[in-house]
Amino acid sequence: MGFLSFQPLNLGDLLSDVMGSGRGGVASFVGMVRDHHEGRAVIGLTYSAYEPMAEAVCGEIVAEAQAQWPVRVALLHRLGELRIGDAAVAIAAAGDHRDEAFAACRYVIEELKRRVPIWKRESYADGSVEWVDPTASGVGIGESGIGERA
Amino acid sequence: MQNRAPAKGARLILRVMALPSSQSHLIRVQLFARYAELLGSDSIELPAQGITTVADVLDRLRALPGGGGIGAATLVAVNLRQAKPGVRVTAQDEIAILPPLAGG
Repeated sequence: MGFLSFQPLNLGDLLSDVMGSGRGGVASFVGMVRDHHEGRAVIGLTYSAYEPMAEAVCGEIVAEAQAQWPVRVALLHRLGELRIGDAAVAIAAAGDHRDEAFAACRYVIEELKRRVPIWKRESYADGSVEWVDPTASGVGIGESGIGERA
Repeated sequence: MQNRAPAKGARLILRVMALPSSQSHLIRVQLFARYAELLGSDSIELPAQGITTVADVLDRLRALPGGGGIGAATLVAVNLRQAKPGVRVTAQDEIAILPPLAGG
């Protein structure tokens, strides 16, 4: 356990975890809850996870990043009910230099989105709720009107 | 262990005795997020008979009321690892059906 939290995330804690006297570059990423999704007003959301697998996969991803670059990485994903502006995920990566710190940070968020079993149920201002499905093409609802029609 | 089996007859009896318990095994499948809502439960037990692979589990679930919403982008995890349709499963495995992921 250690990559999932039902408590608000504190990026400072993650930065403290990875910083060290030999590490000259620290990169971080924080994913926040947005007030809109495909043109609809979002008022809040709930994250849930297949927790044992999510913990295991997060551990793999962090280990992969630390094997690929000379960095130390911290990762925490929030679960439960979140409000607009809450941090949903926080990542910190520290290395000797900025290149590996940025690269590792980017790797961790991309792999997390691709592989970690976490789901998001959004609540909208019109009273409806919906599980977010990134594989569904945003047909019809997108405010830009340029949704893919695959 | 095979080569110290006492006799053919004894082996046959063991096999017959093992049959009823293996038939009564249930394959427990965990469901998450939208799929738990669609099928009305976060866990379903399927009779193990006729189920040998991940694809069989999906076929069986899709035939249940509400199971039609289990789409092509569904992922299956066996023992905490993503598993392709051809992966074999037994009642001892931890099986989970995962809707498209939306973390981050």
